[in-house]
Amino acid sequence: MASNSSGGSSDRQRIAQQRLRIIAGHLQRPVDGDSAILAAECKAQGSKPDTSREEKTVPRRRQEIMKWNGWGYSDSRFLFNKKGQAEFTGKRYRLSGMIIPGLKDWFECTFGASLQHKTPATPLLNSSAVQPPTLNEAFVEELKSTGIPFSQDAEDRVFRAHGHCLHEIFALREGKFGRVPDMVVWPNCHNDVVKIVELASKHNVCLIPYGGGTSVSSALECPPEETRSIVSLDTSQMNRILWVDEKNLTAHVEAGIVGQDLERLLNESGYCTGHEPDSMEFSSLGGWVATRASGMKKNIYGNIEDLVVHIKMVTPQGVIEKSCQGPRMSTGPDIHHFIMGSEGTLGVVTEVTMKIRPMPEYQKYGSVVFPNFEQGVACLREVARQRCAPASIRLMDNEQFKFGHALKPQVSSIFTSFLDGLKKFYITKFKGFDPNRLCVATLLFEGDREKVLQHEKQVYDIAAKFGGLAAGEDNGQRGYMLTFVIAYLRDLGMDYYVIGESFETSVPWDRVLDICRNVKARIVRECKERGVQFPPLSTCRVTQTYDAGACVYFYFAFNYRGLSDPVHVYEQVEHAAREEILANGGSLSHHHGVGKLRKEWMRETVSNVGMGMLKSVKDYVDPNNIFGNRNLL
Amino acid sequence: MASKAVYSQRDPMLKKRDDFEDILEERRNSSDLRYALRCYAPVVYKGLCPSKAGTLKSMVLQSDQLHYVIHQVCRETGRAVDDVQEEVSSILEEMAHRLQLSTVRFFAFTLSKVFKTLFRSICVNEEGIQRLQQAIQEHPVVLLPSHRSYMDFLLMSYLLYTYDLALPVIAAGMDFMGMKFVGEMLRMSGAFFIRRSFGGDKLYWAVFSEYVKTMLKNGFAPVEFFLEGTRSRTSKSLTPKLGLLNIVMDPFFKGEVFDVSLVPVSISYERILEESLYARELLGVPKPKESTSGLIKARKVLSEDYGSIHVYFGQPVSVRSLAEGRVNRCQFNLIPRHIPKKPSEDIHSFVNDSAYRLVRAQEENMVLKPWVLLASLLLQNQVSGQKRGIALDELTEQAVWLRDLSRQYGAFLHWPEHTPPSEVVSSSLSLHRGLVRISEGRVQLALGQRGPAAPGEPRSAVTPEEELLSQAVIILSCASYRNQALHVFLRPALLASAIHTASSNKKQEVFNSFSFLRNMFSNEFILCPGATVQDFEEACYLLVKTGALQVTQQDVLVTERGHRTLVFLTSMLDPFLQGYQVVCRFLCEEATEALTEKQFIPAVRKFIIKHLLAGRLRYTEVLSSDLQKNSLAALLRLGAVRKIKGAEQGTLKVNTVMVNSLEDTLGGKLPTQKAVIARL
Repeated sequence: MASNSSGGSSDRQRIAQQRLRIIAGHLQRPVDGDSAILAAECKAQGSKPDTSREEKTVPRRRQEIMKWNGWGYSDSRFLFNKKGQAEFTGKRYRLSGMIIPGLKDWFECTFGASLQHKTPATPLLNSSAVQPPTLNEAFVEELKSTGIPFSQDAEDRVFRAHGHCLHEIFALREGKFGRVPDMVVWPNCHNDVVKIVELASKHNVCLIPYGGGTSVSSALECPPEETRSIVSLDTSQMNRILWVDEKNLTAHVEAGIVGQDLERLLNESGYCTGHEPDSMEFSSLGGWVATRASGMKKNIYGNIEDLVVHIKMVTPQGVIEKSCQGPRMSTGPDIHHFIMGSEGTLGVVTEVTMKIRPMPEYQKYGSVVFPNFEQGVACLREVARQRCAPASIRLMDNEQFKFGHALKPQVSSIFTSFLDGLKKFYITKFKGFDPNRLCVATLLFEGDREKVLQHEKQVYDIAAKFGGLAAGEDNGQRGYMLTFVIAYLRDLGMDYYVIGESFETSVPWDRVLDICRNVKARIVRECKERGVQFPPLSTCRVTQTYDAGACVYFYFAFNYRGLSDPVHVYEQVEHAAREEILANGGSLSHHHGVGKLRKEWMRETVSNVGMGMLKSVKDYVDPNNIFGNRNLL
Repeated sequence: MASKAVYSQRDPMLKKRDDFEDILEERRNSSDLRYALRCYAPVVYKGLCPSKAGTLKSMVLQSDQLHYVIHQVCRETGRAVDDVQEEVSSILEEMAHRLQLSTVRFFAFTLSKVFKTLFRSICVNEEGIQRLQQAIQEHPVVLLPSHRSYMDFLLMSYLLYTYDLALPVIAAGMDFMGMKFVGEMLRMSGAFFIRRSFGGDKLYWAVFSEYVKTMLKNGFAPVEFFLEGTRSRTSKSLTPKLGLLNIVMDPFFKGEVFDVSLVPVSISYERILEESLYARELLGVPKPKESTSGLIKARKVLSEDYGSIHVYFGQPVSVRSLAEGRVNRCQFNLIPRHIPKKPSEDIHSFVNDSAYRLVRAQEENMVLKPWVLLASLLLQNQVSGQKRGIALDELTEQAVWLRDLSRQYGAFLHWPEHTPPSEVVSSSLSLHRGLVRISEGRVQLALGQRGPAAPGEPRSAVTPEEELLSQAVIILSCASYRNQALHVFLRPALLASAIHTASSNKKQEVFNSFSFLRNMFSNEFILCPGATVQDFEEACYLLVKTGALQVTQQDVLVTERGHRTLVFLTSMLDPFLQGYQVVCRFLCEEATEALTEKQFIPAVRKFIIKHLLAGRLRYTEVLSSDLQKNSLAALLRLGAVRKIKGAEQGTLKVNTVMVNSLEDTLGGKLPTQKAVIARL
């Protein structure tokens, strides 16, 4: 673990390998191109699914590899073993198979939780508890004739009835299902989607596009008032890279591809998009476009709106796309901006042309410890002012620093633990940092080696001006790993009466500190007023920097023992926290989107006229509300 | 939650108030020196960034707010930045406190000595202290004491020192700074000085507001100021000033702090040190400029007995909960927060409402002494039959009646429990022997030092006017004690007067009358804006509860046994009614074209003296310039008098028709409806 990303010799090795891969990619290109063209020919028949593309992550029956009532892969989860030690199962992650000795104490101390008090989830999906599907027979008949695969199986339907909001997962764990889609279709290509949308319009069927299913805005919830048949349109089988254009550094990709596949496939030919949202293992390209997603490394590569060159979307009125791939146009309001953030209310994004970049030659993690959060924010602000932000720079507050610390896996050697002790001594005793106030920024640098090192120095120099001390690559890397496993941790919490969630906002620089303090304090206060018996975990981090502001992420969790309706309490607190965010000059959302969860604030966010504009677009594009997920408006 | 409870109790009797502890008791039993030198380690605000008074100044000087205003001033006036910056520094120098523990210890020592000689006890509600201690740790705290005496802020700091609480920084009027040595001493005990008026001075305002906000946001110390702006000379609460309240709420509106706790503090004196000083001032003898030598002369007060002081620390009021659902903080999202902006309409009305609520909270926790009731009764019974004054036993009987009534109205009355009423009365009278005289078993106000002159005896050099004024001193002093209880009786008294003036018993008409009077007197008393209906309902509720009134769907009827109550209540308000009428009459009869605001008080005073001497006016109290100013303010507010801006500064233009009709309505000669129309 310690040697695979750092250390001179292994680096050289790695770079050499990479170059080799890039060259190999070049050599293989014609073949690749062929296969892409082949793939582009729509094989709608789909009789033998998934055998030909084992490299793809998402099968039609997602439940075969993923949890139906929790986050991520079925084989990966946190648990407390018989000795009461936390461990992470599976083989997929760096943390997999490891013991995490500090987690139990942290968990018990932070939440007042106890391993004695368990709240296990319903283990199996009880199909009989799922409403029988309301089918539109004419639609089903015609769909059958197209040969596009579909299913009315209860498990398939339940899987697509939710995102990952707390209340959604909580209900699943209790074996409760509300309105679920009546069937699921798996189009294989753009033309399949065109057919489906035509049929849906013809037979007045409600379509809800489904990409990766990682929504945290209630966007995938079926509106309970919907009386038509609801069809979930799962894009996961539209997952090919159709072509790569090295001259213009673009790739044309089907929108159902999930982040990890896109990156992996591009990496094979030496490229990347650089778009890495925390959910990239499961979230899809189409989903990113539909929610205006943001990636961890946006400082180099940009957010989704910067990455997209061309979008094709199927709407009830037909297909919308631009006629060329010019890098910028002055042709009235950018129609891409009607599509980006439309959250599945206007149509289905089927194909996207995206910018690609050669893979970075060199990557380096880093971290800086600050005596307090205020100094940390000041440093980030200065970094942004000088426009020298690394690929990623994130600042965790003290609580999150402690949390990250609790997730340290068991150290293998006495030497490492001695070194850790020494580090701790140096920072707290010698430098006088208060362990209850200090906070840490994690950094990720990318580029060619020399520039990275230069860049690194520049950033550390700035940090030093704000009292920051370099705290090693390892801490940095662990910080980023945390973002991938934190969703798994929520499931662990829910086994022991702890519920929680994260939410985000963007805010001007001068308000960052204020919003962090006030929202955290509001959460604590609301919990108390609503009868939560234990102090909640209320913590935040600054995850993105911009010229004019930053993105702030809040984590919030509490022990709900003694509450009769914990989800309701949770929702009230989250609601209050959002009001606090808005009152402190924060935005309704930086990248999670609005969905149905934050709809009530849309009008005040975009003004009456803005609302009217959006409505009239919807009315023109989808007058019969075929895309009836009722998000956003 | 808790903060709301301060306001919302329907039945004031249900209010549970804390008990008091006498802090002087311990002072009498242990060493003052050891007390002054003891270890002082108060709890502090959890978000405190420790800083010294000096660093505070530089934080203010470096603030974005100030930079912005400095550059704005430079742009507008063409002055050099350095020049303006220098001015800012000197303003700040003039303003800033230099809180020093050693000075505080010095005060702790001397004040212990002084307090012990002046007062029998200083009683504090310790639960309030505990609440305050809690509040100080959680959020920035603003202390809002009532202001009846110079003593107030020394007393506050003394108390906080005694209870090991963070010492406040106090907004004090610049006039104190005139007192050479003392001014500096006060500065070192935490006072910062503000000019009395700086209306148009943008720069001064910026420095001042930034200074206060910086202290508040940093949690440097609790900020203390007087909502009423100045000492009330009449013991009535004054209409709150909004400037400072606006400043301390601003950091909350702008999200710079999570919350701000406002703590109303009610300080009640059994005998006010400045008693006759105030009365003289109200009668037009200008107040002596604060000077050190004046203070030393005031030493003779040391030999007198001033009874006890009660200090009640009220429930901390959270600005956040006050603002919930009332203020949309998003309005501050679109302009950088350091750019000064005039508060919007809704902010202004919110601050105004909050200020009234806070002053009401102060009023409600004011401790009333039996003497307050006696003063009310004595003023109403100056003449009964042929004899002056009132028989002692009758006074006692009436006092007991009033005690019970006031308790039913929710008064915070401190009437000794296990003492016979007659003893309570006589000990109260003896404490105020400067104001009352007992002869032949009758109690009367001590009007005229020599008593009524025997016929034939030369009246020496005393003119009737001078004698009137010297009587007025006693009456106004006495009235100031009665005024302490006004807030208890105000709403029922307005209702009683409304019933009295209304032409019928129809509820609607009584309400109209009530609403008219309330509107008329809203500069005189603390009447929360927009709360007419609530006040009316509260008044009805109290009078019905005590059996004085029957209120049906349509009618308001006075009961047999309610008669006494209603007479008492109307008499309480009568001097004010008459005062306003006489001011109206003056404006109609005597006001010339050239009457300026400045000339108004002396002119109206002359007019009133004339009428008093001629026996056409009943209440000497009407001589109070406070009443005269308030009535003018009311008339200006109602548009019956207008201020002409232009060549002649503050010339008053009187709308005679309207003033006339207002006077008639006040006298019950015109139905309210008409007056309302006339106003429009």
